Amino acid sequence: MAPSLPTIDREDEAKAVAAPHGGSFDPGVSADHLPALFDYLLRLGDDSLVLGQRLTEWCGHAPALEIDLSLANIGLDLIGQATLFLNLAGEVEGKGRDGDALAFHRDVLAFRNCLLVEQPNGDFAQTIARQFLFSTYSQAYLDALTGSALPAIAEIAAKAVKEVRYHAELSADWVVRLGDGTEESRRRMIDGLDWFWRFVDEMFEDDGVEAPLVAAGIAPKRGDLRSAFDARVGEVLRQATLSLPEYPRAVKGGRVGHHSEHLGHLLATMQFLPRTYPDAMW
Amino acid sequence: MVALDAVASDLILAVLDAVPDPEIPAVTVTDLGIVRGVRSDPPAVLVTPTYTGCPATLAIEASIRAALDQAGFAQVRIETVLSPPWSTDWITERGRERLENYGIAPPPKGIAARHIRGDEPVGCPRCGSFHTQEVSRFGSTPCKALWRCEDCLEPFDRFKCH
Repeated sequence: MAPSLPTIDREDEAKAVAAPHGGSFDPGVSADHLPALFDYLLRLGDDSLVLGQRLTEWCGHAPALEIDLSLANIGLDLIGQATLFLNLAGEVEGKGRDGDALAFHRDVLAFRNCLLVEQPNGDFAQTIARQFLFSTYSQAYLDALTGSALPAIAEIAAKAVKEVRYHAELSADWVVRLGDGTEESRRRMIDGLDWFWRFVDEMFEDDGVEAPLVAAGIAPKRGDLRSAFDARVGEVLRQATLSLPEYPRAVKGGRVGHHSEHLGHLLATMQFLPRTYPDAMW
Repeated sequence: MVALDAVASDLILAVLDAVPDPEIPAVTVTDLGIVRGVRSDPPAVLVTPTYTGCPATLAIEASIRAALDQAGFAQVRIETVLSPPWSTDWITERGRERLENYGIAPPPKGIAARHIRGDEPVGCPRCGSFHTQEVSRFGSTPCKALWRCEDCLEPFDRFKCH
C-alpha cells in the first residue's frame, strides 16, 4: 500500500526542484556562448521529448504485453531525460522558463529535435527501426557527452546513458528477431530500415551552432561518432541477416526548426491540456 | 538557519531510515541507496533519482519532506543530485534481503556497470529454484524486469541491474 502523502508547500517544492545545483546557476561558459548553449540543450531535450511522446502512442496498443511495457518504459526514460535537459536549458536561458514551459508552451518552429524522432510510429517493425537507429546513435553520443567540460551536462549524460544502453539492446534484439524471422517480419523490418535510413545523416551533422561548443569541449563532434555507429549497425544487421539499406537522399532540417508536418500534429496532442487549462495541477 | 551538528545529522539519517519507498514499501529510501547524505550547512538532505523518468521521484520527495517536518526538521531542504549516477550496487544488504522476502529478486552486486543482460542465474524468491526464465526485460516499474520460475511456475519481479 502506498503511504499517504502529506500536503506539501508547492512553492518550497518548486524551489527545491528548480535549484538542483544548490543555488544560482553559473553555466561556466562565456556569455557569447549562451544562446548556442540554449539551442544545443533544446536539441538534446527535444530529441528525447518527441520520441518519448511518440512511444506513448503505443501504450495499450502494442502487439504483446512485453512490448507494451518495453515501449512505455523507454518512453518514460526519454521523457525523464528530456526533463533534465530542458530544465537546464531554462536555467541557461534565464528567462524563468522551466522544462514544462519549454515542452508545453513552445511552438513547432522553435523545436530543435532531429527529423527521425518525430516520424510516425508506422507498424511495429518501423517503430523498432526508428528506435534502433536513434538509441544506437544516442548511446554513442551520450557516452561521449559524459566527458563534457560542463559538469551540469556531463552528469545528465552519465545518468541517461545507463538507461539508453537498455533501449539500444532491446531494439537491436528486435531487429534480429524480425529480420531473421518470418518472410513477413523480414519484409517489414527491411521496409522500416529503408525508410528511416534517410534520417540518419542529420544526427551526425556538425553545424555552426555547435561548433563553438565543440571547440570549448562542451559538446562532442558529431562526425567523430559516425564510424562507431556504422560499425554497431552493421554488426546487428549481419546478425539479422540483413544488409545496409541503399543510400537514399538524406533529409535534414529539424535542428533549425524545419520540421515535417508530423511534429505539429504530435505537439497538438501533447500540448493540448496545459494550453487549454493553463496552470492546471493534479 | 543553523548548521546541523553531528547529532542532528544522525537523527535525520535515522528518520530517513524509516521512510518507505512508495512503489516498494518493503524497503526504505536508505535501503535503496538513494539518500546520498546529509549536508550540515546549509542544511539539506541530498537525494538521487533511480531512473530519470521514475514517476515515484516526486512521491519519494514528498514522503521525505513529511518525515523531516514531523521530526522537527522543517528547515532542512531536499536537494536532488545526479552525480555520480545511482546504480543497483547502492542497494544495501538489508535492502536486498527485504526485497527478496517481499518477492522481488534482488540484483547481483558488483556487475551493474558491466552486464545489462544479467546472464548469471537468478533465484526464485518464492521457492529458491534457479530454474528461472526472463519473460520481459521491462516490467511493472522502470527498475524491474518480469521473470518466471520454471519449478513453482510463479511469475516474479526482478530488480534490474542498473
